[in-house]
Amino acid sequence: MRRDRRRAEENAFRVLMITAAAMVAGSLLFVFAVVLIKGLPAISLEMITSTPKGGYYLGGGGGILNAIVGSLYLACGATLLALLLALPVALYLQKDYIGGSRLARAVRFSLDVVFGVPSIVYGVFGFIIMLYVGVRASLLGGILVLTLLELPIMIRAMDEVIRTVPPELKAASYAMGATRLETTLRVVLKQVMPGVVSAVILAFGRGIGDAASILFTAGYTDSLPKSLLDPVASLPLAVFFQLGTPFPEVQQRAYAAALILLVLVLALSIISRVVMARYNRYVIR
Amino acid sequence: MSMDKPHISVQGLNVFYGGHSALDNITVDIPDRQITAIIGPSGCGKTTLLKSFNRLIDLNEEVKVTGTVIVDGLDVYNDREVDPTYIRKKMGLLFQKPFPLPMSIYDNVAYGPRLHGRLRAKEMDRLVERYLRMSGLWDEVRDRLDNPASRLSQGQQQRLCLARALAVEPEIILADEPTSALDPISAQHIEKTFMELKQDYTIVVVTHILRQARRIADYLIFLYMGELIEHGPAEEILNNPREERTRAYIKGVIS
Repeated sequence: MRRDRRRAEENAFRVLMITAAAMVAGSLLFVFAVVLIKGLPAISLEMITSTPKGGYYLGGGGGILNAIVGSLYLACGATLLALLLALPVALYLQKDYIGGSRLARAVRFSLDVVFGVPSIVYGVFGFIIMLYVGVRASLLGGILVLTLLELPIMIRAMDEVIRTVPPELKAASYAMGATRLETTLRVVLKQVMPGVVSAVILAFGRGIGDAASILFTAGYTDSLPKSLLDPVASLPLAVFFQLGTPFPEVQQRAYAAALILLVLVLALSIISRVVMARYNRYVIR
Repeated sequence: MSMDKPHISVQGLNVFYGGHSALDNITVDIPDRQITAIIGPSGCGKTTLLKSFNRLIDLNEEVKVTGTVIVDGLDVYNDREVDPTYIRKKMGLLFQKPFPLPMSIYDNVAYGPRLHGRLRAKEMDRLVERYLRMSGLWDEVRDRLDNPASRLSQGQQQRLCLARALAVEPEIILADEPTSALDPISAQHIEKTFMELKQDYTIVVVTHILRQARRIADYLIFLYMGELIEHGPAEEILNNPREERTRAYIKGVIS
């Protein structure tokens, strides 16, 4: 009797989990499929190698190289800057430094709060600051705001992996007379390298896909930026603007832009998997 | 107990975790170039005593140490001039479970020497080989020194940890139940290596295996609930304990 009930429980739960997993995978595939079906016909060499020509937004010739290059500049710049700031912070949150202190708890808590702030708020915040100091929408402005957006994601993701480093591993290093810094740079960093790479990818994905934060801060332009102070186009905004036109062929280009964005993120994740596998060999479990 | 010249001299050592006392007024000398075993039931402070020698105990939170530990005439705790990293360099440490570093076999052994100085590649190669031979691992890994240390078996990893510890050129080897996570063959290997190493090194082993203490120890320290109950030459204590609690432990009444 009792045995039947337990088996039924087990089965019911399994069905629940399989359904949930199928729904997640299914909706992801659905998004891919829609973008692929609608976007692929509009993709051409011209689309990815040239900037918009006159009448582009009415269905004329040209491409969205401005947005591709712009997005890469923005996301790469922001991710690099965020990495430079996030790694020291995450390492400093170790037990060996400020660890379990009240300061560390406060830092973690505020990062979690900031994590949930909608990106349009970052955009508005950045915009106000830029108005105040008299800088117009530019690559620099976009990079700085995206950095703010990526920072909490990156720090918390790194913090979570760094916290999993076995204390004995650090103790082994200390026992040989290593200092905190030597232990952190030579042992901890090696141990968490795969996690650091995945934190970077996570943040990059968030950065390259965000539209709201760069709407006011990076602007939009049909030309390629020549300096950090020029406005710059981006793929999410290219999707947004093109989808907003009344012309079907321009709308289709929006899907093409979305497809390019997806492919970029996908390519990066695949590359990072390869990189991670290299570091993974050394990780102590 | 008299001895020629103790390598480590502990006087009135107290250790507290939070408010709770882990070691209570320990006074004992560790003989030079012998194997000293610290025995006692679990939770009696064996590991704490071991880690207080090289100040690794500092890593614990809310730890308070009073009393004196003297190593080669250096006051480890009370002399502000003494750098903990210097003290730690004098002592190699082996843990219960082997913890190789997340790098290649070669880099594991080279880790310590690289911290404490610069060597030419040739010299480093020689040094790595010397200590891998000493720990009895060389023949098994000589062709794959660039492989990740994580791929070695547990027994091999522990021998790698020994080589790594020796490469810092310590005078003392501290080992915290170094064979408890190993298979019998690997355990034997470690014990055998210790017997060879005591020619040149002072070795302190924490163990809960009485037979192991019987096999390898020259000197014995028996702790019970943070107190030093008895210490002296191993044979004397094992065959002829003076204290009631030592007798009970050796007979297996308390554990």
